[in-house]
Amino acid sequence: MQRRNSRRLIGTGLAVVGALTLSACGSGSGFGGDTGEAGGELTSDSSKGLNILIGSSGDAETASVNAAVAAWSEKSGTDAKVSVASDLNQQLAQGFAAQKPADVFYLSTDALAGYASNGSLLAYGDQLANKDDFYPSLVSSFTYEDKFYCAPKDFSTLGLVINTDLWAQAGLTDADIPTTWDELAAVSKTLTTDTQVGLSLGGEYARLGAFMAQAGGSLMNEDNTEATANSAESVAGLEYAQTLLNDGVMSYASEIGAGWGGEAFGKQLSAMTIEGNWITGAMKSDFPAVNYTVAELPAGPEGQGTLQFTNCWGIAADSPNQAAALDLVEQLTSKDAQLTFSEEFGPMPSIESAADEWKTANPTLVAFLDGADYAQGVPNVKGAADVVSDLNAQLESLKTGDAQAILDSVQKNLEALLK
Amino acid sequence: MSTPTRTARRSGLRSGEAASGWLFTAPMIILLGMFLVIPVLMALWVSFSDWNGRGSPFGGTVSFVGLDNYSALVGGGGLAEQDFGTALRNNAWYVLLVVPTQTMLSLLLAVLVNRQILRGRGFFRTAFYFPSVTSSVAITVLWLFLFSASGAVNKLLAFIGINGPNWFNDPSGVLHNFLGLFGVETGPAALTGNTFLGISFWEWLAGPSVAMSAFILMAVFTTSGTFMLLFIAALQNLSGDVVEAAMMDGANGWQRFWRVTLPQLRPTLFTVLTLGLIGAWQVFDQIYTGTQGGPGKTTLTPAYLSYQAAFTNQAWGQGAAIAFILFVIIVAFTLFQRWLLAERQVSERRMRPYLQNPTSGGSK
Repeated sequence: MQRRNSRRLIGTGLAVVGALTLSACGSGSGFGGDTGEAGGELTSDSSKGLNILIGSSGDAETASVNAAVAAWSEKSGTDAKVSVASDLNQQLAQGFAAQKPADVFYLSTDALAGYASNGSLLAYGDQLANKDDFYPSLVSSFTYEDKFYCAPKDFSTLGLVINTDLWAQAGLTDADIPTTWDELAAVSKTLTTDTQVGLSLGGEYARLGAFMAQAGGSLMNEDNTEATANSAESVAGLEYAQTLLNDGVMSYASEIGAGWGGEAFGKQLSAMTIEGNWITGAMKSDFPAVNYTVAELPAGPEGQGTLQFTNCWGIAADSPNQAAALDLVEQLTSKDAQLTFSEEFGPMPSIESAADEWKTANPTLVAFLDGADYAQGVPNVKGAADVVSDLNAQLESLKTGDAQAILDSVQKNLEALLK
Repeated sequence: MSTPTRTARRSGLRSGEAASGWLFTAPMIILLGMFLVIPVLMALWVSFSDWNGRGSPFGGTVSFVGLDNYSALVGGGGLAEQDFGTALRNNAWYVLLVVPTQTMLSLLLAVLVNRQILRGRGFFRTAFYFPSVTSSVAITVLWLFLFSASGAVNKLLAFIGINGPNWFNDPSGVLHNFLGLFGVETGPAALTGNTFLGISFWEWLAGPSVAMSAFILMAVFTTSGTFMLLFIAALQNLSGDVVEAAMMDGANGWQRFWRVTLPQLRPTLFTVLTLGLIGAWQVFDQIYTGTQGGPGKTTLTPAYLSYQAAFTNQAWGQGAAIAFILFVIIVAFTLFQRWLLAERQVSERRMRPYLQNPTSGGSK
């Protein structure tokens, strides 16, 4: 019935859909990808305020960042608004796709390569006035393809956290704090009882990697240009961890019913744990009754080693006011601002000039900052996060697995990324 | 219907109908087009492009890369293929266990609460339906507590002398564990040596991990109520005559259910299986809120992998490609079970004409 008529109308309908599709194409084209080039002039449309997107750990951090940004805003006369992301990765991705990203945002080492390679980020590192003040290892964590992209916001390292009461109960003294692998194995054994294990930690690269570092190994070299995952040193580190696991003196937190090392430690399921300085917040709020001290991780055959974790202040290539954003970041990474952040919500300042004051203010946490001298960053090549999560999956069964085989597969996956 | 004549069309009485019909449906067509058809087409394009998440996928810098994104997933030999294979493996076991279980359970519940003699039917109906109206995020959180190492489920198991597993942290496959009881720790070389989608056949046969099993229980728990409702509606629509006739023929309760009631529920069964399949293949929110793919990637599903590829790795083409492969899988499964449930001519041999006269029997 009325076939010709309906055909014509279907045609019209398709034309409408087609036109809409075309208009969708049109809205995006015309924006070049050249704004992300380093060394170019920074945009400085001062009519536009800045949007700052952060992934906050809690009210303390939000309030602290808000106050710091408000102070800058008042001084510079540029509007600035801080928003807290509920899912930072997703909100960033949406912003970049729509080409209306937040101007300044938290950025993890994992996410750097993805955004740097698609031109979303402004590589402003070399234009920072306080560039030389940052720890070199942090700078290399945010260097992608020879460009220093963004200013490290703060950082954390892993330390050995010890329950002082259980320590004393086992008859150990300060002199027994382990400085070598053998001593660590020995005190772990002493501290292991029917109700607790000596040492617990998360069963993942971000903890076990510290043993690899102590043995002189790593997943990639410092410049992230070469995979070194299955070197004899890396394997030795993992095998040491395997021995501790099999001797029953070290357990993964998940094995003893805790979500992470800090929880196992707080619930006194273990007498020691390997965690970063974020553990202090959890101990204060969830387990205030547990007394503890922090020591540097023991040295392996190749000396001391630990891992470091960091975030940076990313600036969007599409930001209309990059100059103001850069100014804000310089302010937020200044010594005063970082020491205030540290006081209010606990991170360690990313600049060397703040180290002494921080140590004075946090005498019990000095071990974490001392770790900065020999800390190793996590790989930041594009796709490395996937490889690490695959490694983590394999590490869950390290106890019965073959360290060499595990690291061989990681080596293969990392080499594939470098091609 | 009569074929329209030229005069009929010219009469003018009905000529505006088609136009107004389109006019009235236009808002919906435009809305669906804008928010469904165009986005789907855009995603399809992204799956064939090297769009990296910055600016419009139709911008000048984005180019067509053919099947690159797809081939990296199904034959790249790298981590992407391995992850995709793992996700498919996990989800296939999930579907295999969830869909039949939830269908049978919901049918059973529907038959139970549909019985006239049951006291407090309303209460049971509400109780069984309750998990379905609760948000999946809330239930996931509840599940994480129930199935934690020292949670209620393990306490309950301890009562009967079973040392419960550390549910959401146990990556070992259920089938592998079962074989382990008989001392089979590693598979034959034929299974371990050959791989499909980057993981060995022995790994494909691992079964759902203990962690995934907890999700399977959860899916059955939450969706059975919804499907029970569909079955109740269908059961109440059945006329009593047929069952009565079967009774007169001497069929017992068991036979009446299998031979009379169930065949009449075929359309509902199709709906339930289709919805179940789609829901089970698309499982995402439990994974996102619960385990993020862990432990040991054993709760990774294609839907979550697609999200992860796009939003955390900026591999948007690959994320979209995963979504479309998933789409194809779901369509294929739906067509397959549609074919399986199709009404077929009963063969003469199986036909049982209840006619005593031998001359007319069999050649009706």
